[in-house]
Amino acid sequence: MTTKTDETIYNQPDKNNSMEKNKSPFQIAMHRFTRNKMAVISVFVLLAIIIICILAPVFTDINPEETNLLLIEKGPSEEHILGTNGLGQDNFSRLLYGGRISLIVGFSAMFFTLVIGVLLGSLAGYYGGKIDNIIMRATDIMLMLPFLVLVLTIMAIVDKVTIGLFVSIIALTSWPNLTRIIRGSYLSLREQEFILSAQAIGASDFRIIAKHFIPNAIGPIVVNATLMMATYIIIESALSFIGFGIPQPTPTWGNMISEAQNIRILRNNPEAWIPPGLGILITVLAINFIGDGLRDAFDPRSNQR
Amino acid sequence: MYKYIIRRVLVFIPMLFALTVIVFGLALLAPGDALTGQSLADPNVDPEVYEQQREALGLNDPIPVQYFRWISAAVQGDFGNSMVFNGRSVAELIEARFANTLYLGLFSLAITIIVAIPIGIYSARHPYSLLDYGATGFGFFGLSIPNFFFGLMAIYFLSIKLGWFPAQGTMSTPGLTGWEAFFNRLHHMFLPGITLGLAGTATYMRYMRSEVLDVLGSDYIRTARAKGMSERNVLYKHTLRNALIPIITLMGFEIGVLLSGAVITEQVFQYPGLGTLFLSSVTNRDYPVVMAIAMILGVLILIGNLLADIFYSIVDPRIRYD
Repeated sequence: MTTKTDETIYNQPDKNNSMEKNKSPFQIAMHRFTRNKMAVISVFVLLAIIIICILAPVFTDINPEETNLLLIEKGPSEEHILGTNGLGQDNFSRLLYGGRISLIVGFSAMFFTLVIGVLLGSLAGYYGGKIDNIIMRATDIMLMLPFLVLVLTIMAIVDKVTIGLFVSIIALTSWPNLTRIIRGSYLSLREQEFILSAQAIGASDFRIIAKHFIPNAIGPIVVNATLMMATYIIIESALSFIGFGIPQPTPTWGNMISEAQNIRILRNNPEAWIPPGLGILITVLAINFIGDGLRDAFDPRSNQR
Repeated sequence: MYKYIIRRVLVFIPMLFALTVIVFGLALLAPGDALTGQSLADPNVDPEVYEQQREALGLNDPIPVQYFRWISAAVQGDFGNSMVFNGRSVAELIEARFANTLYLGLFSLAITIIVAIPIGIYSARHPYSLLDYGATGFGFFGLSIPNFFFGLMAIYFLSIKLGWFPAQGTMSTPGLTGWEAFFNRLHHMFLPGITLGLAGTATYMRYMRSEVLDVLGSDYIRTARAKGMSERNVLYKHTLRNALIPIITLMGFEIGVLLSGAVITEQVFQYPGLGTLFLSSVTNRDYPVVMAIAMILGVLILIGNLLADIFYSIVDPRIRYD
């Protein structure tokens, strides 16, 4: 069955074919992406969340870090739509500003992991030999350490967790997966003629990697970067929840939910911890749908499913 | 195959060594005397007394000597004494918690398998059916919801609002025995179990679906059907046997994810397992306990990966590693 569909896909006179002929693989992928309804809707949902968080000062003029000891664990009121938390901070304001932090942490952790992963993956996959061996053994060792245990132990050693430090710890502990994926996609590329010809006409290693390897591996890179961002938003919230993430007074969705570890708040103030949870759920869901759409878009075989 | 297994076991040893060095190194970086079970400097005590104490405990020895002393004790199950729990031995503390985490992990794995595999098979046999779309949607949901948030929702709705399940602990009355104790335990484990199992269920379901789809599309299934084999036999004799191989391998590799999830889930439900012990030890800077748990979890992950690789090489003779 599979083989049959395979053939029909490649031999079928597709009405888009003439159009796709002049497009780059990236453009073809983007064109295919727009046909995935869930993914396109998710792009808009994610954009909406980002815009709402950026425009936080428009929706509320309460400082999210300001504590008020007279207003502790209050239910919703006109001034505080989602009530206040255990320090008397306004939950609604923290929800909007917290979204900023959660998104920024997720994005920058993804970005730095991408930089490390692409760099090491490129070195290992392009040069091979000794460099490859060293990098791959390092990834083996990193992968065998339980991620959470490693991060928590590091967090226990450092004194105060800041956003920059948090992002660095995440990026420095989670590059191995991406490194492996990038190296893997380079290995098959390395044997191809166009790489040989590029080397023959004297292109520098940097140029070959930047111009030939990375663009050809862009599919797995983009897909994994997207899914990584979703994972990091969850990781940030989970670590903040257990008290090892971004500390008070900075608002994040994770440390807002951690208020619910207090059984009183869990029971009496669902409006305090359910909205940030839904914020994470919707954001991560949207990113995962986008990632899935990208995967299908970049994978030529995905049409059969 | 045997050559591969032997080589794989040999790789295991240096990795185990690297793990111990990293755990030891992290503890060395930590402030305070991590390896002795003694607390940080008390300003009321003469620093000279501390110096004598450090000398007596061997903390002034060269680092490799200290490492060797720690590792040779650890191999014998002696991880020193806790700094916090009145100096009780770490092994004793962990022993009390380990079984709870094991039960929770096995229970959630059981739920995962019972739910994910049948649904995955159904989805693959009826792709694009209503249930398949439902399952795909559930898969996205399970992978996107933070498990602590799911756990809190479960406590709020199923425990507080409806009162169906207890929200905390492992047993309501300590004196229970026999079946009563067993069911009481299960009742307590239900919410943490589904919370911990949710992400796994979503993952296995997706894998199962794509594996079964792959196998059903292969030539030998067409041959089996062509020679008139019943659909039942096609499914059980050919499809499942082949589709389950990657799933079982996945279990070996997913053990780390399961253990990390257990740390968070136990915290949500205040379940007295290794995870809650680990978190409280990290908070209290009780390094002997932190090191011991980090070692145990690391070793479990290594063994899981090792077993997965060995299993794979045994059941799938096509695999050749050279």
